Amino acid sequence: MNKGTPLVEMRDISIAFGGIKAVDHVSVDLHPGEVVGLLGHNGAGKSTLIKCLSGAYHADSGQILINGQAVSINSPRDARAQNIETIYQTLALADNLTAAQNLFLGRELVSSRGFLDESTMEAETRKIMGRLNPNFRKFNVPVSALSGGQRQSVAIARAVYFNAKILIMDEPTAALGPQETQMVSELIQELKAQGLGIFLIEHDIHNVMKLCDRASVMKNGQLVGTVDVNQVTDEDILSMIILGKKPAKAA
Amino acid sequence: MTTAPRPAHASHDLKGSPFARFVAATEIDTRLMGMAGALLLIWFGFHFYGVVFNGEGFFLTPRNLWNLSVQMCSIGVMATGMVLVIVTRNIDLSVGSLLGFIGMVMGLLQVEWLPPSMGLGHPAIWIITVAVGLSLGALIGTLNGVLIAYLAIPSFIVTLGGLMAWRGAAFLMANGRTISPVDTNFQLLGGGPYGSIGSTGSWIIGIIACAAVLYGLLAGRKNRQKHDFPQRPIWAEVFMGALGCALILGAVLVVDSYYWPKGIVKAYAEANNIIVPPEGLFISLGFAYPVLILVTVALLMTVLMTRTRFGRYVFAIGGNPEAAALSGINVRWMTVKIYALMGMLAGLSAVISSARLTSATNALGQTDELYVIAAAVIGGTSLAGGVGTIYGAVLGALVMESLRTGMVLIGFDTAVQNIVVGLVLIVAVYLDIIYRKRTK
Repeated sequence: MNKGTPLVEMRDISIAFGGIKAVDHVSVDLHPGEVVGLLGHNGAGKSTLIKCLSGAYHADSGQILINGQAVSINSPRDARAQNIETIYQTLALADNLTAAQNLFLGRELVSSRGFLDESTMEAETRKIMGRLNPNFRKFNVPVSALSGGQRQSVAIARAVYFNAKILIMDEPTAALGPQETQMVSELIQELKAQGLGIFLIEHDIHNVMKLCDRASVMKNGQLVGTVDVNQVTDEDILSMIILGKKPAKAA
Repeated sequence: MTTAPRPAHASHDLKGSPFARFVAATEIDTRLMGMAGALLLIWFGFHFYGVVFNGEGFFLTPRNLWNLSVQMCSIGVMATGMVLVIVTRNIDLSVGSLLGFIGMVMGLLQVEWLPPSMGLGHPAIWIITVAVGLSLGALIGTLNGVLIAYLAIPSFIVTLGGLMAWRGAAFLMANGRTISPVDTNFQLLGGGPYGSIGSTGSWIIGIIACAAVLYGLLAGRKNRQKHDFPQRPIWAEVFMGALGCALILGAVLVVDSYYWPKGIVKAYAEANNIIVPPEGLFISLGFAYPVLILVTVALLMTVLMTRTRFGRYVFAIGGNPEAAALSGINVRWMTVKIYALMGMLAGLSAVISSARLTSATNALGQTDELYVIAAAVIGGTSLAGGVGTIYGAVLGALVMESLRTGMVLIGFDTAVQNIVVGLVLIVAVYLDIIYRKRTK
C-alpha cells in the first residue's frame, strides 16, 4: 500500500499558540485509496495538525506536499483548490441557511449575469442528497431545523460534491446514532474504493480497526508513531494513545 | 420565512386551517403580514382618534400620506444598510452623526466653496455635491470597517466614538452656523412640489412596476417548471399579482390626489404666464424624488442580499462567522465592504435630509441612528445575527415614521412621542421573539 508517491505528505509540521506547542515536528502521509486514522487524547494536536492541511491554520514550520509537489496552503480556498475537503467536528454549517446554500457556500453557482442560480444549486443538492441520504426531505428550511444526523449528511455532501481527492473527517460519527454511523462507515468504504485518500480523526477504537488502513497516534503535540492497523491489536493502539509508546513488534 | 434568503421553492401542504393553506399556497411571509396589519392598525387608529377627539381625521389624507412617504426616506435608506450591519452581528451607532457631518460638508461645498469659481446655480454643482457626499460616506464607512475588522475593536465602541466625533466635526466645519440655502437643483432631491415627478410620471412608473410584478411571477413559474419544483396554485399566483398591482396603483392614486399648495401654484402660474381658472388649478405632486430614491435603493439592496454572492456571504457570516471563514469567505474584507456601503447610504440620506431642509444644520440627523436601528429591528432583523430583510427594514421605517407623524397630528408633544416610540420598540421585539419561537 505504501508504495508510489503519497497523495499527501505533511513533513515536520510545527505550530505553536502563545508558547504552547500544539503540534511539534509531526510528519504523516496519506496514499490514494487509503484511510489513515489520527488518534490521541483531546488536546493531542490532531485537529490542529489537520487544520494546517485544510487551510484554517498556517503551520509555523514544515512542508506540505501534494502528489510530491510542495504546496503552500494559506487559506481554506487554497486547500479547496488542491481538492482537499474537510468535514469539521463542528460541521461548520451556517444555521440560518438551507442545505443547498450551505453546500455551495463559498462556491456558489451563478448565472451568466452573475446572479446566484438558486434553482440549479437546489437541484444539485437534491441529487447528491438522494445518493447520500435518500430520506432527506428538508430542502427549504434552515439547517438549524435539521437533526444531528441530517446536519452531518449536509456537511458530508458538501465535502463529497466537489470531487475531493483528499478528505479530512474530524470525528464524523461523534454525534450520530448507530444507523447513521453505519451509513458514514459505508460511505467511507465507498469513497476509499473510488481512490480518495481520507484522514479520519476518530476516538472509537473499533471504528479505527474497522475503517482505517493505518493509524497515526499523537500525544502532547508529538507523533507517537504510525502503525499498520492489520499488524497490531486494538490493545496496542490504546497503549500508544495512553502511554505514548510505540509497540515493539510493529514496524 | 424569517431567514432572509428565500429557498427556491416551498412545499404546498394542503392541510390545516384555511388560513394556513392560504399562507402555504401564496408563500406570503406571515411576519410581513403581521407588520402590514400593525401598520394599518396604526394608520386607522390615528385617523379615527382624530375623528373622535378632534372632529376630523388627518392621517388618512393624501397630504399626510404623501408627507409620510417623504419623511421616512432618510431613515429608510439608512435602515436598508443597517440590516447588513446587524445581520453580521455588528452595529453602527455613528450613522446619525455621519449624516450630520456629510450634510455639513455638502452644504459648505455648494454654498461657500463651489459657487465662487463655478458661479451660483451652476448645473454641475448638485452633481459634484452628491458625488462628494456619497464618496465621503463610503470613505468614513471604510475607516469604521477597517477599525472593526482589522484592529478588532468592537463595532459598538468604534461607532459610539464616531457618534460623538462626527457630530463634533460637523460643528467645527462651520463653527455651528447653519448653511443655507442649498443649491436649487440639489433641493429637488428632498421632495416638495418641484421635487416630485407629477401625475403622468407617477402613472408611468406605477404601470411599469405592475408589469414588473407580473413578469416576476411568470418568470418564477417558468423557473420552477424547469427544475420540476412544485408550482403555486394558479389562484395564489393571481392573488399575489392582483395584490401587488393594487398596492402599487393605490399608492399612485394617493400621490396623484395630493395637489400643489395654492401659493406655489400662484407663483408658478405667474412665472409661466398661466391664467389660473376661478375654480383653482390642480397640479398633482405625484411621487417625490426621495421616495423614488428609497424604492430604488431598497430594490437594489434586495437584489444584492438575495441574488448575489455578497448577500449570501453577509447571511453566512451572521449565521456562523467561523463556518463562513472555513468556506473561504474573507470575513474581514466583507465587514469593511459592509461598513463602506452603510457609510455611502448615510451619505445618500444626508443628501435627502439636507435637500429637504434646504440647509445644513449642526443638528441634522441627531438621534437618527436610534430610529434606523429601531426600523431594522422592528422590521425583523435579529440582533443575534443571521436574520433580516430589506423590505422589513423599510416597513419598519414606515412604522416608526407613522408613529411619529401620527402623534404630531393628534397633538402629542415630543416627550410623549419618545415614550411611545420607546415602548413600541420593546413590544415589537418581544412579539418578534414570540413569533420566532412559535414558528420554529
